[in-house]
Amino acid sequence: MVNITYKNGVVTASLYGEIDHHIAPQIRGDIDAQCERSRPSRLVLDFGKVGFMDSSGIGLVMGRYRMISLLGGKLEVVNVPPNLQKIFVLSGLENLGVMK
Amino acid sequence: MKTINEMKLSFISKSANESFARSAVAAFLLPLDPTVAEIADVKTAVSEAVTNAVVHAYPDTFGTVTIEAKLTDKGHAVIKIRDRGVGIPDIKQAMEPLYTTSTDERAGLGFAVMQSFMDNVKVRSTVGKGTTVTLEKNFIRAAYGQK
Repeated sequence: MVNITYKNGVVTASLYGEIDHHIAPQIRGDIDAQCERSRPSRLVLDFGKVGFMDSSGIGLVMGRYRMISLLGGKLEVVNVPPNLQKIFVLSGLENLGVMK
Repeated sequence: MKTINEMKLSFISKSANESFARSAVAAFLLPLDPTVAEIADVKTAVSEAVTNAVVHAYPDTFGTVTIEAKLTDKGHAVIKIRDRGVGIPDIKQAMEPLYTTSTDERAGLGFAVMQSFMDNVKVRSTVGKGTTVTLEKNFIRAAYGQK
């Protein structure tokens, strides 16, 4: 799931466990609610503690990119572990310039 | 190739069962001594196929998803994910990367992931009758006789 913090204009969503189609809507709801409240200049998605992710996680990132762009902020994806590199590469998300 | 083990698993098309399905298949493959990367590949591909059944095969109701898997003595696994749902009218279009009929933030990458993470992917579908996705993978350590 996700732990969310807000500090100095930055919302950080630290994801953990498994991200699939069942879990993704709950994570999305939590992150979007915080961003709508805080209107951050930057949303950081930290994948450091994610053990499994399918393409639902890619949909989650793409959706948050759209959401934060509409709010006038920037998205950053950080700490993608080696076991998730393959699906991130396949998704082409690096072309959005959000991978740090 | 001689089949050394087989299994069949049926469950209702609830999204909560996506995790159960991929974990069950991963556990079944353990005799092939998979690497961490191989098991991650299979779990991801199975998760995509089962999610397709949950989201697309039974859009307004629940139905049964069946997984049949078998292992051979040459380190080869065949995993079939079958539903009796609405079927896919145009398989070629459905398999195109980024194509999705869903409005719920689906990336449209399900089949692209399956094809990238497995050695072979086959899809058979009949509108109104259902879809079978067959995933195949060779497991290196078992194939080379280390197990």
